[in-house]
Amino acid sequence: MRAFLPIVVVAAALAAVPLFVHANVVLNFLVVTLLIALAGQGWNILGGYGGQYSFGQAAFFGTGAYTTAILQVHYGVNAWIGFAAGIAAGAAVGAIIGALTFRAGLRSSYFALVTLAFAEVLRIVASVTPISGAGVGLLVKLDLHAQAFQFKSRAVFYLVILALVAVSLVIAQLLERSRFGAWLIAVRENEDAAMALGVDAFTIKLGAMVLSAAITAAAGCFYVQYFLFVDSGIAYGTWISIEALLTPIIGGAGTVFGALAGALVVKLLGEGIKLVTGDVPGLDLMIYGAVLVLVIRFAPRGLVGAFTDLRTRLLRRSKPAPAGEVAHG
Amino acid sequence: MAEPLLSVDSVSRRFGGLLAVNAASLSADTGRITALIGPNGAGKTTLFSLISGFLKPSAGTVRYAGHDVTREPPHRRARRGIARTFQIVQPFAGLSVRENILVGAHLRHRARAEALALAERVGRDVGLGDLLERPAHALTVAGRKRLELARALATEPQLLLLDEVLAGLNPSEIRDIIPVLRALSARGIGVLMIEHVMQAVMSLAEHVFVLAEGRIIAQGSPAEVVADPIVVEAYLGHGAAARVGSGHAH
Repeated sequence: MRAFLPIVVVAAALAAVPLFVHANVVLNFLVVTLLIALAGQGWNILGGYGGQYSFGQAAFFGTGAYTTAILQVHYGVNAWIGFAAGIAAGAAVGAIIGALTFRAGLRSSYFALVTLAFAEVLRIVASVTPISGAGVGLLVKLDLHAQAFQFKSRAVFYLVILALVAVSLVIAQLLERSRFGAWLIAVRENEDAAMALGVDAFTIKLGAMVLSAAITAAAGCFYVQYFLFVDSGIAYGTWISIEALLTPIIGGAGTVFGALAGALVVKLLGEGIKLVTGDVPGLDLMIYGAVLVLVIRFAPRGLVGAFTDLRTRLLRRSKPAPAGEVAHG
Repeated sequence: MAEPLLSVDSVSRRFGGLLAVNAASLSADTGRITALIGPNGAGKTTLFSLISGFLKPSAGTVRYAGHDVTREPPHRRARRGIARTFQIVQPFAGLSVRENILVGAHLRHRARAEALALAERVGRDVGLGDLLERPAHALTVAGRKRLELARALATEPQLLLLDEVLAGLNPSEIRDIIPVLRALSARGIGVLMIEHVMQAVMSLAEHVFVLAEGRIIAQGSPAEVVADPIVVEAYLGHGAAARVGSGHAH
C-alpha cells in the first residue's frame, strides 16, 4: 500500500486547488492540463513501458470523442453510458490497430508511421461522413446536469478529470508491480530475449495497446463533455497525438508520474509565454520543441528521472559515504 | 527404450541458396550434459534456433517431451520447459540484475513476491548474489554470461540450451562456472551446450555431437569423438588426420 502513497498525496494536493482558487481561467487551464496528462498517460502505457512509440493516439482520442458525441446527438443516449461506450470503442480500435501492426511484425519507426497513418485515415473519413458531422462537426446539447455529465461549476469538471487522472496513475503503479508489467518492460528492453523466457510478446503488446487506447479514449470522451463540440480536426488531429507523446517523454516515459509532470510543465510554460507575448499561433509548438530538446540533452529519462537521480544523490551526500565510495566521488 | 526428452529428427534449414543445417538429428535427455561442437560456421547456432523456435525448419521435426513442437513459437516452447541462452548476450540493459531474472521467474509464478524470491535464489545459485541491484549494462562479460544463465534457469526449465556460455571467460571464471553446470544436470535438468572450450566439453559432457557444414558427422563419448579422424579432418582440413596420426615428425 505504501507504493500508492505518492499518488494519494499528489491527488489530494491537486484536489485542494479549487478551495483556494476560484478564477475560471486557472481552473480551465488545469482542466486542459489534466486532459492532456490523461491522454499522455495512455501513450505512456504503450510507449513508456512497452517501448512501442505510437504516433497516432489521436485514433483513440477521436474514437472516444466521436462515439460519445454521436450516441448523444443522434441517438439520445445518456452521456455517462456514452462515456463508457467511448472508452470501449477506443479500446476496440486499439485492439484492431494493434492486431494488424503487431501481427505484421512492425517495430519502432514503422510502428510509429503506421499508427500515424491510421489516425489520418480516420480523420479524413470523419471529415466526410454525415454521422460525424462531416466538415461541420457535432455540437452536444447544453444540459448542465450531473446526469448529463455536464456541470455548472468548472471545479466539478476539474475534480472529475482529476479522478480520471488519479485512476490512470493507479493503473500505472499496478502495472509496475505486476507480471504483465514486468513482461511488457522486458519486451521494450529486448523482444527476442523476452520470448526466449516464455513471454508471448504479441499478446503482451496487444494488451498494452488496448489499455493505452482505453485511457486516451477516456480523455477524448471528457473533451466532448467539457467543450460540447467535436470535429474531425480536433478528434483525429495530429495535435493530440503530439501532445500525448511529448508530455510523457518530457515528464519521464515509463514512470508513474511522467505524463502528469510533463503536462504541468509544458502547459505552464506555454501559458506563461502566451501571457508575455500575446497569442502568437504555433508558439506553443515551438515551446514543446525547445523543452523536448533540452530534456533529451540534459535529462534523457525525463523530469521524473532527473528528480529521482537528484534525490538519490542528495540522500547519498547526507549520509557519510562508505570508505570505498569516496574515491569515486 | 523410452523417447528422449528432446529428439531432433533430420531437420534442415535453408537460407536462400545456403543449406545451413542439413538433415541433422540429435537427442538430449534429462540429467545429462550433451555437447554440440563443430567448426565455425557449421550451423550450431542455427540448429539451436530451430530447437528453441526462433527459426522454423525447412524440413524435419523437433519433438520435446513426447510432443511435436516443430511449429510452435519460442514462448510456447519456453512454457513447455525449453530455455536457451544467447551466444551474443541479450540482457535487458535498462533493468537491474534482479529485474532481469524476475522476468524469467514470472513464467511459472504470477505472484510478484514468489517470483522475486525465486529470482533471488537463482541469482545466488549462479554467483550473482552481490550484484542483484546492479544495472545489467554495468556487468562484466563474465557477469552477463551468468545473467543469461540465471534468467534461463529462473524459468525452471527441464531442458537448457547453452550457446557458448564459456566463450570470452578467462580460465578462472571457467573454473568457477563448471560446478554450476554440473550441479544443474545433477538436479535432473537436461543440458545441451554448444561449446568451443574443449577442456570443458571433455570434463562435462557425457555425449557429444559434431556438426560440420550443417551435417552431424560424428557422435559418441568425448574421448571417442576427439579420436575420430573424420572430426579431426573437419576441424583441421583434408589429410590432417593422417598427419596427426603419423605422429610427431616435427
